[in-house]
Amino acid sequence: MRKQLVKTVQSILATDDNVVLLLGDIGVWGFREAFKLYPERVFNIGILEQSTISLSAGLSMSGLIPVVHTIAPFLVERAYEQLKDDFGYQKLGGNFISVGASYDYAALGCTHHCPADVGILSNIPGMEIILPSTAQEFDTLFKQTYTNGHPTYFRLSERQNEQSYNIEFGKAHLVKQGKLATVIAVGSMLKPVLAACQDLDVTILYYTTVFPFDVEAVRQNSQSGKIIVCEPYYSGVLAPKILEAVYPNSVVIKQIGVPRQFLTNYGKAEEHDKELGFTAENIKQKVERLIAL
Amino acid sequence: MLATNEIKKMISEILEIGSKSGEGHIPSALSVLDILWVLYDRVLKVDSKNPRDINRDRFILSKGHASLGLYAVLARKNFFSDEVWRSFGSFDSLLGGHPDRNKVPGVEASTGSLGHGFPMAVGMALALRIKNTPARVFALIGDGEANEGTIWESSLLAAHHKLSNLCCIVDSNHSTDRALLVNNLSEKFKYFGWDTIEIDGHDHDEIYAALNTPISREPLAIIANTIKGHGVKMMENDPSWHHRIPSAQELGEALSSLK
Repeated sequence: MRKQLVKTVQSILATDDNVVLLLGDIGVWGFREAFKLYPERVFNIGILEQSTISLSAGLSMSGLIPVVHTIAPFLVERAYEQLKDDFGYQKLGGNFISVGASYDYAALGCTHHCPADVGILSNIPGMEIILPSTAQEFDTLFKQTYTNGHPTYFRLSERQNEQSYNIEFGKAHLVKQGKLATVIAVGSMLKPVLAACQDLDVTILYYTTVFPFDVEAVRQNSQSGKIIVCEPYYSGVLAPKILEAVYPNSVVIKQIGVPRQFLTNYGKAEEHDKELGFTAENIKQKVERLIAL
Repeated sequence: MLATNEIKKMISEILEIGSKSGEGHIPSALSVLDILWVLYDRVLKVDSKNPRDINRDRFILSKGHASLGLYAVLARKNFFSDEVWRSFGSFDSLLGGHPDRNKVPGVEASTGSLGHGFPMAVGMALALRIKNTPARVFALIGDGEANEGTIWESSLLAAHHKLSNLCCIVDSNHSTDRALLVNNLSEKFKYFGWDTIEIDGHDHDEIYAALNTPISREPLAIIANTIKGHGVKMMENDPSWHHRIPSAQELGEALSSLK
């Protein structure tokens, strides 16, 4: 994914003179060619995330297209007010690409975890939130959106899906149709969801864009009245959107997501997955329980 | 003097309109009014008929709570009508307690939360350089605002990238000294790599001369020594007036004192 980030952004720097890349002192080696080719538009701006976001708003006000890249908690949580005021309130376009989704940096401890990002950014009106989960999906979604005049958050994860789908910004992808329940898989949750549901007669909807939320996809694929939503961040972000989507029909919703607690263990992200129940076996169990209701 | 008369008229309007609306930071507006007037009257290359001209100079009021001062000047310079100016603070007015770039002609940035406008100005200055546009960017911050870390982050950035098209004016009225001293801002900006100049922020000739300091390779910081509430004796350097609205009697006294 990170290689694709470099490839995609570098190709856009080559074709669009308005794009300016700001790195928060990460990815500098990866973008070494871009530094050489476009020294006037590629900056290792330093470790000052709040000012970087405001500065990028100044670029945006002047007709340029900022692309800011750093680690999720510093980009989102440290600079939240700048994203809210300088981009959201001012209705400016900008692209914010994070790495270190949820507990990707498990061994670095909670300062480097960021499972809250999607939830808190969803409070900014107009903020687009995208979770590309293969290299190809990032390339597609970035190219579809980077000039659209909205603030857009691209949440890159170390965890990826094995297969890319023919996805479109703002649209859920119908992976398979079934009768007994609907499973909503957000971003990298698709991989365990596919493994969990291979023998189950359920619908699978795959969301790479969560904001704006594709209301129609849920509305048209929730006839069973049973929905299980699998989110790779703090759980609870999409349930209210789902309820709004199906209104006035009623549904039962089961949520699987990161619990609201500090994950103080270290190790590998996969060990945390197991501990939190983000496994195919556990998801299958929960889907079967929902079907049996 | 014409300027003095203009300033007196604008002080009257700020007092009357702020009092009528029951909103606004009147002394903060008076602290920066002379600077804003000289900027818009004699320095900025801006056109009220084409406020988003790509070649214009940019001005950001980073201490957005002084908006009454900015609105008074923008109204005088015909960016909007007197009727709009007098609607300040009402439900559907274009003009609020902090300026909104999507509503107010001539306003470059929506500010309010301190420490945002200045880094946005740094971004604008960088953008103008990238686009080879020979315009200048001016930001007005408060010395209290200089408590914010982003002011110093941005100072580092502007000096590092040698943004000589950027000028930061500091409204140094010492009103937040009671909380945190930011002593000797001139030296601080100098250490951060800026050219600096210190002036009387109410002397129009000094303001004009400072704003026309020959451009070097570095960004320019103008430390403007000001008096919060300048021009209205009862408010001058009295912290209780920060966000207070005069009573009818106080308004009458303040207006009479201007005559």
